[in-house]
Amino acid sequence: MKGSLIILSFFATGLLLGLYRLFPVAWLQYEYSFYVLAALMFSVGFSLGHQPDTIKQFRRIHSRVLFLPLMTILGTWFGVIIISFFSKYTISDYLAVGSGFGYYSLSSILITEYKGIELGTIALLANIFREIITLLFAPLMVKYFGKLSPIAAGGATTMDTTFPIIIRSSGKEYSIVSIYHGFVMDISVPFLVTLFCSLK
Amino acid sequence: MFVVLIFMFAGVITGYLFRKLKFTFVNKIILALIWLLLFLLGVEVGVNDHVVKQFANLGFEALLIAAFGTMGSVVGAWLLWKITIKFPSDKSE
Repeated sequence: MKGSLIILSFFATGLLLGLYRLFPVAWLQYEYSFYVLAALMFSVGFSLGHQPDTIKQFRRIHSRVLFLPLMTILGTWFGVIIISFFSKYTISDYLAVGSGFGYYSLSSILITEYKGIELGTIALLANIFREIITLLFAPLMVKYFGKLSPIAAGGATTMDTTFPIIIRSSGKEYSIVSIYHGFVMDISVPFLVTLFCSLK
Repeated sequence: MFVVLIFMFAGVITGYLFRKLKFTFVNKIILALIWLLLFLLGVEVGVNDHVVKQFANLGFEALLIAAFGTMGSVVGAWLLWKITIKFPSDKSE
């Protein structure tokens, strides 16, 4: 949670500097942010490839729970498609935003790069909201929708920011499932967001 | 458009090749890059009068996407839970 607040304070600082024109706008070159993005993607890939020990633990997961990330993805899409009918944006725009699964930093950056600042802002806010909704309602979700539900709600954040609340709500025996889910979702985000950004 | 994915793949392969070595600073690099990019995103939003004016609307739209997306995934998990609950499954940990 503290980490999220620090990340958001960087966004807020940039927002204020931009709002009061205290930042040289000429520095906002397209190529420049693209190179930073490429470096980010390389580092994200590196950290994913660099944890074979984490992957080994996943062998202990029951086969049915292996499908949890798939249910998270399909369920999210289903909800997002319903609400997209009431919007001026296209279904694929909305699916790109929804496919951030709470990974607001990466998804908003990618969507801004490909779809522009307006949808990028929606992506940032929507995925922050998803994390907050999970943090607030995890105990309630367990009560009415079973112990897997807060893990699905947490999306790509279930091995970091929402991990503690999930363990507290669902129980310690769900820690491996939560980490597995977060890992798979983390990998899915860049693929699915890029995919939907490439559609009309 | 898919160029960023090529960078990620290159990262996965490099990370895997160097899996025997410790690279704890990678997560710090990721964090620093995210800080930088979100700072720049903030500036871009700030200088864009149209987005600033629309901010409340964009926020409302974002809230709807978040609420419906999260709810959908919760229902998905609930369906899986209904299937799994009959089996003494993931209690191994």
